[in-house]
Amino acid sequence: MSEKIKLTIDGIQVEVDKGTTILAAAKKVDVKIPTLCYHPDLCVEGSCRVCVVEVEGSRTLTASCATPAVEGMNVHTYSHKVYQARKDIISLLVSEHNTQCTTCYRSTNCELQTLAAEFNVDYNVYLSVLKPNNEIDRSSWSIEKDNSKCVRCQRCVRTCAELQQVNAIDVAYKGREMRISTFMELPFNEVICTNCGQCVNRCPTGALTERRYYDEIWDSIGDPKKHVIVNTAPSVRVALGEMFGFPAGTRVTGKMVTALKKIGFNSVLDTDFAADLTIIEEGTELLTRLKKALVDKDPHIKLPMITSCSPGWVKFIEHMFPEHLGHLSTCKSPQQMFGALAKTYYATKRGIDPKDIVSVAVMPCAAKKFEANRPEMHSSGFQDIDAGLTTRELGLMIKQSGLNFTALEDGQYDTFMGESTGAAVIFGATGGVMEAALRTAYELVTGRAVPFRNLDVMPVRGMEGIKEASIKLENVLPEWHFLEGVELKVAVAHGLINARQIMDQLARGESPYHFIEIMACPGGCIGGGGQPIPTNMEIRKKRAEAIYREDIDKPVRKSHENPEIKQIYAEFLGKPLGHKSHELLHTHYRKRERY
Amino acid sequence: MSIENHLKLVDIIFKEFDVQKEVLDKTFQRTNAEIVQDILDGGLRGRGGAGFPTATKWKLTAEQPSDVRYVICNADEGEPGTFKDREILTKVPTKVFGGMAICAKVIGAKKGFIYLRAEYKYLLKQLREELLEFNKYSEEKIGFTIDIRMGSGAYICGEESALFESMEGKRGEPRNKPPYPVQFGYLGKPTVINNVETLVYALMICAMGSKLFFELGTKASRGSKVFSVSGDTPVAGIYELELGMPVDRFVDDFGDGDTKAVQVGGASGFCVPRKKFKETIIGFEGVPTGGSVKLFNSSRSMYNVLHNYLDFFCEESCGQCTPCRIGTQQLLKGVEAIKKGDKPALYLNQLLKLANTMKLASKCGLGQSVGNSFTSIVNNFREEMIY
Repeated sequence: MSEKIKLTIDGIQVEVDKGTTILAAAKKVDVKIPTLCYHPDLCVEGSCRVCVVEVEGSRTLTASCATPAVEGMNVHTYSHKVYQARKDIISLLVSEHNTQCTTCYRSTNCELQTLAAEFNVDYNVYLSVLKPNNEIDRSSWSIEKDNSKCVRCQRCVRTCAELQQVNAIDVAYKGREMRISTFMELPFNEVICTNCGQCVNRCPTGALTERRYYDEIWDSIGDPKKHVIVNTAPSVRVALGEMFGFPAGTRVTGKMVTALKKIGFNSVLDTDFAADLTIIEEGTELLTRLKKALVDKDPHIKLPMITSCSPGWVKFIEHMFPEHLGHLSTCKSPQQMFGALAKTYYATKRGIDPKDIVSVAVMPCAAKKFEANRPEMHSSGFQDIDAGLTTRELGLMIKQSGLNFTALEDGQYDTFMGESTGAAVIFGATGGVMEAALRTAYELVTGRAVPFRNLDVMPVRGMEGIKEASIKLENVLPEWHFLEGVELKVAVAHGLINARQIMDQLARGESPYHFIEIMACPGGCIGGGGQPIPTNMEIRKKRAEAIYREDIDKPVRKSHENPEIKQIYAEFLGKPLGHKSHELLHTHYRKRERY
Repeated sequence: MSIENHLKLVDIIFKEFDVQKEVLDKTFQRTNAEIVQDILDGGLRGRGGAGFPTATKWKLTAEQPSDVRYVICNADEGEPGTFKDREILTKVPTKVFGGMAICAKVIGAKKGFIYLRAEYKYLLKQLREELLEFNKYSEEKIGFTIDIRMGSGAYICGEESALFESMEGKRGEPRNKPPYPVQFGYLGKPTVINNVETLVYALMICAMGSKLFFELGTKASRGSKVFSVSGDTPVAGIYELELGMPVDRFVDDFGDGDTKAVQVGGASGFCVPRKKFKETIIGFEGVPTGGSVKLFNSSRSMYNVLHNYLDFFCEESCGQCTPCRIGTQQLLKGVEAIKKGDKPALYLNQLLKLANTMKLASKCGLGQSVGNSFTSIVNNFREEMIY
């Protein structure tokens, strides 16, 4: 029972635990104090000074986000003194800002824009202190940085340091030269940035955004010679609605499909189909490695095996732990598996020349743009995925088309590479890949369904940074006799800071697991770098809940029972890890530099 | 010399002294409560410019529940026009070490550091040699040793929490306060951070008794202080004087007969115009200073002086908080625009408002103090800003 204290905020008495900040105490009594550098996911910064309030007895104004409440404190959050200072501070920020709101990607969803409008800031009060010769960094496939829009809130720095522990961007110089930059001020594509886009999710303005490709997609759609297909990731369908006023966690799958068809995509397919495929391939790969380790006693076999569908995570391990790349599954991500099949299997089946196919992926992810352009992702003979769009970009395309999203009827995916299971849709949440893999692998080995009520493998679900679980394999089928009695130990990590912990343990030789799922983004893909802004723990939880509801509503909930999957193996791939699979569905990785 | 007629020259800081035999040996025998009371009775306040009561700082730190505490000597001496700590460290370094050792005994610290500004690197060899000897003594007596850490040339690292950040290998950016250094200082441990001069005075109070110190100065500004006097003066140099004298008496002794303004406290201090010399006291009740006193005669352009200070702040701000990072630039650009005629003279009023915002809303003392020189120069020399 922690110590309680009482204070007064705008004349309202409030009781809080000792240590609570003035900002949090105010929230408790519905007093809203504007903030800018504050973010619920991150440590307190206290440098924008927008949240300053008047505390009686103090010579200066007080940053409410950074100051603990004290017994008997008397706070005024909008006194005249506060109002003047706050307006001045926002005016200063505007004077340092590139105020071309008319063409900015974050217009109508920009925190500085909202504050400046609320306070009716006069642009002409102060002189501009914008630096001349501003160069936008467009070197990366995934992230775009425009210093002229930076408010120096350091949210991106804190995200990259605290949540992801990558430290690709940091503060450089001081005083009037202070800015956010990279190591040696190198362009983004030359540093250890993993493209996860978490910084983009937390940037309050348009300083950090994703690279945008919808113009090229519109061009492709408008080209009669092109057959444009789109595949949608599971996480998009539980977040897209947020861009149209739906609360977080609203499932808008049907509307999304209809919107895509109306926009003009020739075929609207589901990445989840490829997710089921990934489970078959990766599950088989895991069991093969286990066999090689336990039966053949092969010393070169790398266990634990780690998932490879998160391109942010893959670039992370390539930079930070390249000597352990052998632990990564050789499976491509569902997006890339889909791409390889689109210009081979799909093209053949539909009788379309693959060179006329433009395959687009809509992802909750910024790193998928980078992944699509990796040189090895040309297994089909063409670039397997031509462009990745974020959920945000799709939202914008829908707005551009003038469609009334909220009124759209529910549509169905096209029936070719559009069929998927509940196991596939849960890929979007942290623990989803693991759960899907267990549902298939366990049944493959024992002939029985996973011993969890309703197939819900609860131990791997939830927002805990690193989750562990173990399943005993007993009474296995004869061909898997070498696994009898084995306690399969698995781990699930999300957020690169937790990935690092897992890898440090592995590097020390202390990893007790057989199989690990790692996602670069906190929350898994539903918290991805391409999802609607803002993000916080509550929003991510709601999106994850929606993902699991999608799973329950699916008629088929195990990847190996997907009829289209059975069909593609029968007709085209042959068997999992077979020659065709290796050609199209598997990949290799490379060492990247440490800095 | 006329100084003896008007101002009381004091000889406490630079007096030659056997620190170990004449002070430390007996002080280490006293109780902590006695030592703190002595310094409290002396009325010693910090000599770096902020003036926090020294005994209180030591007492609060000693009371914190922690196994580890630190003593840090702030030798960053960054305020323009301040060059007295340099002299103290050159002439009587063992007195500084001694002051640190007494503090260490009182608060229970095993380790002390001197944060030495990068520009004083030339003192490092000599200080290290002296420390070698001193550490042998203090380790034996109270298990305390001192080490030196270099700064890297940033004014902001003279700010206590930015100094800790710098020592911890991070950017010299001031921290959110509370918590204060007495609770959460270097490496998150209770820390006493004192100016070089403060530590020597603490030692000397223990040496000569609090009464002698208390009788100097005024009610709000007890004791004496070392000043570094520069500018339009025939007797520029370092002087230890009683605190609390009015500026006019100071100018009588140090001026060149044509003094127009006195900047007390450097760029973050106050500009005293001639008409206010008589009524302004150099001390905590008037215009405080860390030691920097600069005289300007009638040949000087106060616009140029202000421009120099604002440019300094634009460069030296750490850049993290909005009012300071952008405010300093706005003030500088603003006075330039007014001088050039790009902005009307009335714009000065907007800038004065801005200076006030900076004072109220900046995260640390740097941003909060820019307004001191800005407001005092603009208000007292308005026409020089415009024409």
